[in-house]
Amino acid sequence: MNTAKPPAIRIQGLRKSYKDLQVLKGVDLDVASGSIFALLGSNGAGKTTIVRILATLLKSDEGTASVNGYDVATEAAQVRESISLTGQFAAVDEILTGRENLVMIARLRRVEGPKQVADDLLERFGLTDAGARRVATYSGGMRRRLDIAMSLIGEPAVIFLDEPTTGLDPEARLEVWQVIQDLSDGGTTVLLTTQYLDEAEKLADGIAILHEGAIIVNGTLAQLRQLLPPAKAEYVERQPTLEEIFLSIVGKDKNGKTTANAKEAP
Amino acid sequence: MSAHTLSNTGVMLGRSMRHVTRSVDTIITVTITPIAMMLLFVYVFGGAIEAGPGDYVDYLMPGILLIAIASGIAYTAYRLYADLQRGIFDRFNSMPISRSAALWGHVLTSLVSNMISVVVIVLVGLLMGFRSSAGIGAWLAVAGILVLFTLALTWIAVIAGMSASSPDGASAFSYPIIFLPFISSAFVPTDTMPAPVEAFAENQPVTSIVNTIRALLAQQPVGDDIWVALAWCVGILIVAYALAMVVYRRKVA
Repeated sequence: MNTAKPPAIRIQGLRKSYKDLQVLKGVDLDVASGSIFALLGSNGAGKTTIVRILATLLKSDEGTASVNGYDVATEAAQVRESISLTGQFAAVDEILTGRENLVMIARLRRVEGPKQVADDLLERFGLTDAGARRVATYSGGMRRRLDIAMSLIGEPAVIFLDEPTTGLDPEARLEVWQVIQDLSDGGTTVLLTTQYLDEAEKLADGIAILHEGAIIVNGTLAQLRQLLPPAKAEYVERQPTLEEIFLSIVGKDKNGKTTANAKEAP
Repeated sequence: MSAHTLSNTGVMLGRSMRHVTRSVDTIITVTITPIAMMLLFVYVFGGAIEAGPGDYVDYLMPGILLIAIASGIAYTAYRLYADLQRGIFDRFNSMPISRSAALWGHVLTSLVSNMISVVVIVLVGLLMGFRSSAGIGAWLAVAGILVLFTLALTWIAVIAGMSASSPDGASAFSYPIIFLPFISSAFVPTDTMPAPVEAFAENQPVTSIVNTIRALLAQQPVGDDIWVALAWCVGILIVAYALAMVVYRRKVA
């Protein structure tokens, strides 16, 4: 695992407390450039706090963190040039239309040809027809796609996705997964926080488990599997999962493509 | 302010103005309510009010404008509160843009939208018989005082919007401000009030501002009132701005 590129994200000895509550108790973490890294943890484990510190929205009490080679505390402006924040709390503007949201971000980032950038992204994320409608009328999946589209403007090297699929239906979830995979294929580093284990299993190159403010496990899925006793071979008849049934009935396959095999239950 | 900051602030102003023009209730509350109040006072109460020799609508106009501004800034507080709650500020603050731009976008929107409602109310006033012989200089002075008053109240609204814990709380601070013109020289001369009320009315900011605007519009000498009015506006502006910056820094690490 000797890559020439320095890690896209490096966190060392990070600590943060809110009054008496210790949220981060010395977090160390490296995220390889161009990878999808999943930060797992239950609610309150400190995932959001880490993302907020990396996004320069919050200052740590102790320790250092750098993104794309820039220190979040002393080189905040360069860090902001390198990142985009999406998901749970980085909202889209509901009163504006989808297109206006994209144009606004393009203008703020001073990208050339903001209108063209907006139209291209609407097309890429299947929102061209909805582009002139106010975001308040969008479904959860459309809103999340717009959110991710907004963070691609200016081509940041690192994207933080804070619980990108929370509250989405299974189809929208698959759409978002596909987008994340495409991003990573294009060379963008993705730091994903999630409480869904299957999401990490499906997408992530590296996985860390954050528990009570510290990283307790860190590695690839294969490495994590070795932490458990070796798998035993047992004969079990495999029943389709409810997700497979749902997707087969609504007529979409695992990759979110519509197929024509919708059936009615007998 | 760098060109970068100006460009960012321009984008933020455009966004926030769209929020104003796309919410019908804002426009109704900010312009229709003061106009309704003006109709009520001129055509219902006005006949029974002894406010001096001129037309009552002329006497009333400055106070109505101040009430319109006081209710207008409540929406500034609400919009700022909503931005903080919904997390769009987090998105802006994690972007490579000037951090003050988001705040100034709201402040300038407050200024622009309040000036629009002031112009609409004056135009309706003209239909109702409001007249002024004031020249361009006096009108500019009136505009200047209204701009200062709006900015002073807007920064109070910024404090309220950033520190509120509910949408109602974000706009509740404006009720006492909307009420102040009633206990001032805005609707009736203060010398008809009982002594303690008159003392309060004479020494609160609205009376001096109303008297100054009224004198400017009627081409009367403004006397000391203009200095008292300016001192109030500038004083409130400086204190509110400083406090707003403290709250803002605490909110945005």
